[in-house]
Amino acid sequence: MTQTAGRECTGVRTIKYRDALNEALREEMARDETVFLMGEGIAERGGSYRVTAGLLDEFGPWRVLDTPISEASFTGAGVGAAITGMRPIVEILFVDFALLAMDQIVNQAAKYRLFTCDAGRVPLVVRTQGGVGNCLAAQHSQSLEALFYHIPGLLVVTPSTPRDAKGLLKAAIRCDDPVIFIEHKRLYLSEGPVEDEDYVTEFGKGDVKRTGTDVTLIAWSNMVPRCLEATEVLAAEGIQAEVVDPRCLVPLDRELLLSSVAKTRNAVIVQEAVRRGGVASDIASIVQEELFETLDSPVKIVAGLNTPIPFNLELEKVCVPQEADIVEAVKGLLGS
Amino acid sequence: MGMKKNVDWVKLFRTMYSIRVFEKRCIKLYRQGQILGYFHPYLGEEAIAAGVCSVLEEGDYVVSTHRGHGHCIAHHGDLKRMLAELLGKASGYCGGRGGSMHIADFSRGNLGANGIVGGGLPLAVGAALGAKIRGEDRVAAVFFSDGAANNGVFCESLNLAAIWDLGVLFVLENNQYAVSSPIEAMTRNPELHMRGTAYGVDSARVDGNDVSAVLDAAARGVAACREGKGPVLIEAMTYRQTGHHVNDPGKYMPKEKVAHYRSRDPIDICAKYLIDLGNVTPEQVASIKSEVDAQVDEAVEFALGAPAPSPDEFIQCVGARA
Repeated sequence: MTQTAGRECTGVRTIKYRDALNEALREEMARDETVFLMGEGIAERGGSYRVTAGLLDEFGPWRVLDTPISEASFTGAGVGAAITGMRPIVEILFVDFALLAMDQIVNQAAKYRLFTCDAGRVPLVVRTQGGVGNCLAAQHSQSLEALFYHIPGLLVVTPSTPRDAKGLLKAAIRCDDPVIFIEHKRLYLSEGPVEDEDYVTEFGKGDVKRTGTDVTLIAWSNMVPRCLEATEVLAAEGIQAEVVDPRCLVPLDRELLLSSVAKTRNAVIVQEAVRRGGVASDIASIVQEELFETLDSPVKIVAGLNTPIPFNLELEKVCVPQEADIVEAVKGLLGS
Repeated sequence: MGMKKNVDWVKLFRTMYSIRVFEKRCIKLYRQGQILGYFHPYLGEEAIAAGVCSVLEEGDYVVSTHRGHGHCIAHHGDLKRMLAELLGKASGYCGGRGGSMHIADFSRGNLGANGIVGGGLPLAVGAALGAKIRGEDRVAAVFFSDGAANNGVFCESLNLAAIWDLGVLFVLENNQYAVSSPIEAMTRNPELHMRGTAYGVDSARVDGNDVSAVLDAAARGVAACREGKGPVLIEAMTYRQTGHHVNDPGKYMPKEKVAHYRSRDPIDICAKYLIDLGNVTPEQVASIKSEVDAQVDEAVEFALGAPAPSPDEFIQCVGARA
């Protein structure tokens, strides 16, 4: 029933997701002079979500660069800087806009390591944010992690808590391969415990956000808190759901997901992105391939509707999984 | 034109002639079925790579294109490793994983050929930006074509380099065709250097078949970049001596135009400079040529005898990754 903690050996503060990200940037920029930031309105303005606030003053205009609205070229410049000794962090305001830079992400950043037989690495972080907010409509609300998940050569990270956001961003900055770091616009103001001490969260290690025995809910990004809310409703009805957050989609912590499902024998994968061609489908295929004999029920996917996101708030809500959808799916699966 | 007394004409000629002979031998190997995939010849454009790279210094960067053999040879390229790569061999620059369109050697500042037209432009901006942040005066020379000049990243990259005063030398190799489409049909104003001017970037058009003209413009451009007065754009006018790739006969290229540019073959023009200004005899030119011929023979022999990459090793290597 308890959320995983157990790391509170030193001081712990409760801070916002956006402030945890800011701390990660500040600490890594102070630690390593090759780390620098590029993006739209990130310097003076401190970013649309205030993630880069204060960094211009601390590190100066050549470490925190405002760019024109030229996603393809400033992302490409990130690749060019990365292959020549820098550790750039490129901020793409909305993941929807990353589509303007797909050549640079997919054809350039993701390929160099192969071409150079590992001699040339691309230590680039593309920080961006996705998901529905409130009424931002079809071009500012997408969950596009599957596009990047599909491309060999890219690492894909989707933190759901302030603690994970900080530790994983620090790991992303230190990583020698291109990382697509997808934050969620609804999480920036969420709060959670973050250690005082310097820590880095290892890639490829998922986290059990709630332990349970009856069913495993696999979710990432903003679907993690949504699943946690659903577990309270389920608990009231006697169902103990475990919530597992892979945190990184690439590399994926298969062992953790599989061990949880092996224990509960039931799996529901909850994804904000549209159902078709999503990461959930791939995880479902892994689970059924590895645990077919163990499963008590078919792997269930709760995902977004296969539609562009509409503007109206009520219409928006029916497009992405809500707490009630998760509860209903679990109960349907367990026949209760 | 005042810089010619310092020019190493022998080295320039050797570079240009190496590119020519290397590619002619490769095209033979291609027709014999030894080289597979795409092969975009640089024949007829050699003066641009040789002229530009001759004024770069150790530590400078080059960003190349799908038509990139010339740039690679002119910027520290090793003929043996290049040929081995074109043959897909383990001892090639990319261990057989890249091929003609992807040769890169980060250790020598060659940031790679590129299979995406225009794809390299922002990479050069980033390389120059990194150098600026580190307080170094390295220059990034990026080669691209008239075709790439019609891609959005060209304007974006030019603008980024301009707002940050970066040391990027934009080398627009205007061979007048985007694959098969003539530049006059692809833009209303084929004076492409004017696009640089429009972005506030020092820009000039030069005869790309005349290595001396290229060299002068490049020397000025690189000097400006190194002084923090970049970027600079050079539009080098040239023409392909072949179609877009080896299997393209280039029937859309008017015979008179082909003949005109062949009569202004950059290798011949350079040979004349070599004799007139480099104080080299025609006999010495012939002996330089046979030396290069022998080097290319040696590279062919090396590459044909080089081991193939192991599929098992490859699977092991990439399989271990996320």
